[in-house]
Parts: sequence; structure tokens; C-alpha cells
Amino acid sequence: MVTTFKINEMDVSAGEGETILDVARQHHIHVPTLCHLEGLTPVGACRLCLVEVKGSAALVPACVTRAAEGMEISTDSERLQRYRRMIVEMLFAEGNHICAVCVSNGHCELQALAGDLGMTHSRLGFLYRQKRIDASHYRFAIDHNRCVLCTRCVRVCDEIEGAHTWDVMGRGIQSQVITDLAQPWGSSSTCTNCGKCINACPTGALFKKSKAVGEMEKDTHFLGYIRTMREVK
Amino acid sequence: MELEELNRIAADERAAQEQYRHRLLVCQAAGCLSAGSDKVRDALEDDIKKAGKHRLCLVKGVGCMGLCGSGPLVLLEPDNVLYQGVAAADAPEIVEHLDKQPVRHLRCPTDTPFFRRQVKIVLENSGRIDPERIEDYIAAGGYRALLKVLTELMPIGVINELTRSGLRGRGGAGYPTGLKLSTVAKAPGSPKYVVCNGDEGDPGAFMDRSVMEGDPHRILEGMAIAAYAVGAAHGYIYVRAEYPLAVERLNKAIRQAQKLGCLGPQILGTTFSFNVEVRLGAGAFVCGEETALIASIEGQRGQPRPRPPYPAMKGLWGCPTLINNVETFANIPAILRNGSEWFASIGTARSKGTKVFALSGKVKNIGLIEVPMGITLEEIIFGIGGGIPDGGRFKAVQTGGPSGGCIPEEHLDTRVDYESLRELGSIMGSGGMIVMDDESSMVEVARYFMEFCMTESCGKCVPCRVGTVQLYDLLTRFSQRSATRLDLERLESLCEMVRATSLCGLGQSAPNPVLSTLRYFRQEYLERMTDYDPRRAEEEAADGHDV
Amino acid sequence: MTGQRGDTAPPTDDKRWRLVNATMRRYGYQPRALIETLNTVQESFGYLDETALRYVAACLRVPLSKTYGVATFYHFFSLKPQGRHSCVVCLGTACYIKGGANVLEALSEAFAVPPGHTTPDGALSLLTARCIGSCGLAPAGVIDNVVTPRLTAAAVIDQLRKAIHDGA
Repeated sequence: MVTTFKINEMDVSAGEGETILDVARQHHIHVPTLCHLEGLTPVGACRLCLVEVKGSAALVPACVTRAAEGMEISTDSERLQRYRRMIVEMLFAEGNHICAVCVSNGHCELQALAGDLGMTHSRLGFLYRQKRIDASHYRFAIDHNRCVLCTRCVRVCDEIEGAHTWDVMGRGIQSQVITDLAQPWGSSSTCTNCGKCINACPTGALFKKSKAVGEMEKDTHFLGYIRTMREVK
Repeated sequence: MELEELNRIAADERAAQEQYRHRLLVCQAAGCLSAGSDKVRDALEDDIKKAGKHRLCLVKGVGCMGLCGSGPLVLLEPDNVLYQGVAAADAPEIVEHLDKQPVRHLRCPTDTPFFRRQVKIVLENSGRIDPERIEDYIAAGGYRALLKVLTELMPIGVINELTRSGLRGRGGAGYPTGLKLSTVAKAPGSPKYVVCNGDEGDPGAFMDRSVMEGDPHRILEGMAIAAYAVGAAHGYIYVRAEYPLAVERLNKAIRQAQKLGCLGPQILGTTFSFNVEVRLGAGAFVCGEETALIASIEGQRGQPRPRPPYPAMKGLWGCPTLINNVETFANIPAILRNGSEWFASIGTARSKGTKVFALSGKVKNIGLIEVPMGITLEEIIFGIGGGIPDGGRFKAVQTGGPSGGCIPEEHLDTRVDYESLRELGSIMGSGGMIVMDDESSMVEVARYFMEFCMTESCGKCVPCRVGTVQLYDLLTRFSQRSATRLDLERLESLCEMVRATSLCGLGQSAPNPVLSTLRYFRQEYLERMTDYDPRRAEEEAADGHDV
Repeated sequence: MTGQRGDTAPPTDDKRWRLVNATMRRYGYQPRALIETLNTVQESFGYLDETALRYVAACLRVPLSKTYGVATFYHFFSLKPQGRHSCVVCLGTACYIKGGANVLEALSEAFAVPPGHTTPDGALSLLTARCIGSCGLAPAGVIDNVVTPRLTAAAVIDQLRKAIHDGA
């Protein structure tokens, strides 16, 4: 069923299964996202894509919400910008993000978000939590200090590669992505060394060992390709 | 099984009990058990045998009698004499006095507001019947409503009756139960499921536990009626693993009901089939949230997902699912038995029926109470609760647990219903009601609840995972008296943001205890700031600021 | 090697695995039985070790990381063995208002063990609960699986010292 509605006062339409985010992107309306990655099941966890619906007090995540007929959506109010900036500040305060020494410097989605939202520093208290780096894998490494818990690695490993090597352990602020039974990545019996998680990761948390500062560019085009090929079958 | 058979079981059971001249009802609910009521029960049985009165006096284990703070409780029927604080050593004296005047030093007066002002629907059998015997439940009128529904009403008739009754969800938010049933009934897809949320996680709340332990068949009957109405054949009761007695009694009740044909295939001789399974929660408050609870029943991490789609459309394994809490299901048999007009005649215009509260904290009568909607907080705390003990002074009452707020003295005349509590910045919640006296610091109370939300956050969405930690750290500064004006601003803007952007109810309501204490006890925050200037505050107050 | 469907030989000849298998069988070895099965392991063995997690994951065909994720999400599961004695202090609101936290602090100091941990000699696990639903008896706790009303620090320390001394 096709619905017609408005985004930022522009008349738009959504086809069967299309979310507000899908439609916004078709019309080049920028809605920031972090946990969302085209080709993976959306989870609505980062809350950056929250948008306002006229007449409703609740904000809705654009990545998982289908627009109803006649809805009037606004994606860029002062309030939304303020909340988005706070979310990014929260992520910077939660981890230990030092862009200057990061392999993804210049190619990092978190860094880009901070720039887009005009965030220069975090007003929140940094948590300075001790986090590990696991470099036991022969080609890849994970630096938990840079992980934003978007679970893109978990989903790409499960949904696309089918290995389900990654998952999340613990809960709340203690949450952490793990391989197998929270063992060193290099000793995982399920990892296929495919590297999809590296490319799905929005920050420098997952990276190739061969890369130096600023050299780790991610490429997620494979996702669209694999999805299309699987649909053809 | 037909009505005659139910009547026969009920008559046999009543006759069996009434052949005893005396009946001693010993509370075997968790509160009294931990005070040793199982030993009291054994001692009474022994001493009755020793005194040769075992043909005259029946000893019966029953569910919660309400006055948990004074346990173990023993009720002597038909004389209606209540004994409190009974020890096993008191058994000989109680037995000796069966035909004489009651034992004076154990007697608990029952003509007090605690007993007189309550209205019992959900708890009507609690403390009266043996929760481990289905016959006792049937003797008290049990499974009649189910039989009536299955033989006289169409599913839509049940939904209409519940809609007319005005029953709203007792889990906290107060969603109209009839509307929820109707949505599940109309939702496309099959099979459909009925889920009872017994994951009572609010600290300071034990209402659902008492119902599950004291009258488990009532929940099963309510679920079966609801299942018939929505067209479900399978149900789950999700119970916290911390409640082993509730799990045991529910499982026993399910087996008994299956044996008598009140659950299982072709219930009570009709074509309707319905089965119930108990599922254990494993210690995660967030699983009280319905989508997290569904994930947990499916064997996953109990993390909520965005709604819509609501469980009524896509719930357990993607199928339409009716989720209600224990107390909601427990109301259903009574409504179908006595009619929707009867139920709707109790309560206020928009909140019908009764509400069970677990009254605790700094109040004289601690325990489980059931009151009509619309009663004032003052009547509950000072009437039923008997006021503040040890000469303390009332300061605030907390309702709604970590999602609720603290209500101060000036609002004690508020009538208890969903809307008025929300207006005060709290919520009805599942029924925890904790009274605080002037020894409690409201900043500490807010910090306590924030610590709770922080450790119970599932970690999925950023505002709740990180925001609750940031809020807790800010509250710690106030607690340590090292906060500044800037911290107060941050506290307020963070509260607003976490409330507006979190994924589920846990995060969205986590700021409530902070916001409500800021609203009514702002001075306590101000006093804990290093740059607090009382003169400036006074000027601001004069300018109309809410200080 | 477990992991093949149908191969559910327990890792050891410990009889407690029969209970675990019974639970899995009851649910037809479906992945959705994970939490119920982990509950049975927790109750039978007192904790979930790597062997148990690998075994259950293989039998139910649940990925290892997912199994670990579930086991660490729920506070009822423990990945380490518990002490010979246990003391759970309830920190529900009613217990908090009535001083449960003070009792916990005193116990933690007396036995030199932080809440949530076991003493190095394995004698005592000091644990906390969110609410044990015994608010009428606040502050309440569970000492060696027995719900104990109206805790006072002195009495609990005394009782635990005696239990440890007699049982050790």
C-alpha cells in the first residue's frame, strides 16, 4: 500500500515497506543515523534518526517507522538538533575517542556526526572506563574504546555472513561486543575471517591491522550487492 | 464438566470444611513464611492432634492476609478472630482456647480502618482459600465465570463486557483492557498468544507475588477467559525466578486445572482448548516491558524493540499477542461473574474498580491492601496505614517505583486514579507505595532510583545506557554537596532529553523520580550546591521562578 | 565433537546433566529453550561454566556468542561458582528506606568482600537483590536460601560467622 505524507512540508510518498528514512533519503533530506546500515535489519537503537510527527508528543525513529497517510513529519527542528548533539556527546563521553590517533580519523561516522551537529566538545562528564583492545586475530583487531555499540558488526555477521560470531554481552553501560564465549577473537572457532564486520563498523573500533592512523576506510557497498544477488535467486 | 459438576465439587468441599467446628487459617505467603509460618502450621497440627481435637479443628494453609508486617498471621474461623505475630510456641495456647475466649495477647483487632476501608476483588480469596487446592477455589465460586463465558457468551460478548466494565491495565500505564483484547482479536494471523506478565520488578512492590502465591487459579481463569475472547490456544505466565513459591504454586495450579478439565483440550466440556506454561524470568527489570518480555520468552536477551508494531499485532514469534499483568487478569473472572455494571460502579469516572497496593516503608501497618479507585492518599496512609510510626513526620509517598515519583504532603488529598497521579508527576505504576518520613533525603531517593535504572538499563539505546549513568553521576554530586548551578541545569536538560528520546518505557520514565523531587523538594537540591545563594533564590522566587 | 544435530552426549558423566537434558527434551531441543535450560544448569550446578555453555549452545543450536550474551544479560545467572554460604541483602525501596544498604555495607566490611563477590576462600558470597518481595519485613535478606526478616548487621554477621565456622 502506498501512503502519501509530508516531510518538512514537502509532499512525498512511501511504497510498501518503505520507512520514513528510506523516503527522506530518496528526496535527499538528511536524517543522521549511526546504528542504521542499509541492508541490515534496523534496530532503532542510536536514536539519532528520531523525527517529530505533528500532533504527537512522542518522537519516532525514522529507520523503523512507516509513515501513515497524511502524517506531517519534521526532521530538523531545534529540539531534534539539540537532542542529537546530546546523543553524540554521550557517545564521546562513554568511550575513549581520540580522533588524532585513530585509524579511522577522517573516515569515521561518529566524527562526521559530531562535525555535522556542530559539536566541538562534550559537556558531559567523561566516564574514562578502562576498555580492552583485542589484537589476537591475525588480520583484524577491535578497540573497545572506540565502540559505540551500534551492533552493526553483530548484524552483518549474523544476517549476511551467517556465522554469528559477534554478539553483545552484559547490559547497560557494561555492555560489550564479544566473539564466541567472550574469548580472544583469534581463538574464535566460528569466525570466517571475512572482514564484513570491519567494513560495517562506523568507527575505528574494528580495523585491519595493516592500517595506520587515518588509513582505515570502510566500504559497505558489498551489502547492497549481496542483497540484490540473494533476491534474484 | 458442567455446571452441576462444578457445583458438586464446591458443595463437597464446603461440606468437608464445615464439618469442622473450628478452622485455623495459617498464612503461607512469602512474608509470613519467612517469619516462620510453616512451623506455626506444623505446630498447630501437632497440638490439635495431641489435644484430640483433630475432628473438631481444621488447619488450612492460605495465601496473603494483608498485614504482612505483623506476621505470621492466623485466622480462626468461623469466629473471625485474627492472631498476629504467632510463634510455633503459641500453638498449644491457641488450641486450648479454641472453645474459650480468644488468646488476648496474640489478638489483632479487625475493626480497624486497615480492614474496614478495603474493598476486595482481586484479593477476595487471598487469605481465605488454600492456594494449593483447586477444590477450595471452586468452592469460593471459582471457574464459574469461565464456564459461563464458554457456554453463554460469544468472544465478542466477553470483549464488550470487559470494555463496559472500564477495566484498565494494572501494570502501570492504564491502557483500556477491552480495547487491547479487541485489537488482538481483530489482528490478522495465527496462532495467537496470551501472556501474563508476572515479572514484578519494581523494588518495593509485591502485589502480583501475593496473588500468584495466594490465589493462582484466579489468574489461570482470567487468562482462559481472555484467551477465549481473542482466540488464543496457548498462554505463558512469565514469573521472576526470585519468586520460587509463586512458580511452584502456579505449576501446581496448572496441573490441577488440567486434571479437572479447567485447562487443556476441550475445557469444561466445550470445544475451547487452552494451555498455560510458566516461563522463568532470570533477573532483569527491563523484562517487565512487553517487547523485552517477549524477547525473553523467545529465549533471547531481554531487550525492547521499537513499537509499533505493538505486540497485539506482532508479539510472540511475530504472532498477535495479548499481554497483561497479573492483577489485570485477576480482575477478569470477577467482572464476568458479577457483571460489568457492578465493576463500573466502583471507582472514579475514568478509573474503575480497585487497585492493590503494597504499602511499605515508614508506615505503621505494612502490607498488601486493596482499595477502591478514588480513595485519597491520606486515607490510605493515615487511615489504612495507621500513619507514621515512632513519632516520625510524613514527608512523601513514592508510587510507581523507578518510573514514578514522590508526592508531598500538600497533595495527600489527591484521589488515587491514573490521571491524577500522572498530573502530580508520578504514575499509578503496578502498585508499590512507599511512605517516607523526614529522615529520608529526597536527593538520595532520586539517586537510589537512578542507580536502579542505570544497572537495569538493557544498554540497547544510547540515551538510557549513557544518560542514566550521566544522571547518576550528577545526582552523586548533589549527594556529596559538590554540585553547582551548571550541574542543576545539566540535570534538568538531561532529564528532558532522556525522557523524550529513550527507546522504551524504562528509559523514558527513568527521569521521573528526579523530576518529581525537583518539582516538590527543589530546596533540597539547591542546598547541596556549592554556589547556592539563598538571597538570590529568594529574589528569583519573588520573580515567579519555581524555587 | 558436539554441535551435530542429535548429538547430545553430556560433556561428563555427572548425573546432573540428566536434569539439563530433561529440560531441553521438554522443549524439543528448540533454541527458544535457552533461558529455561540455563536456569536448570544454574540450579543444578550453581553456576554456568564454559563447558556447560558450549554444551547447551551445541544442543540447542544457538550461536556461542548469543548464548554468552543471554547468560550475561540476566542477573540470576552466575558464571562463577558461588561460595559455600550465601547472603543476599535486599535493596528494594522498602528495604533501602529501612537501612538495607547499611547492613550490606557492614557485611561487606566484616567479611572483606565487595557486594556481588565471593570471599577468596570460597566461604561466602555476598549478594544483593533488587527486591525479594518481602517488603513487609524490611530490611530483608536471604541467608543460605532462607528468607530472613528485619536484618540487623550484628545479627547477620554473627549468624554467618557461626555458619562458616561450623560448616568450614
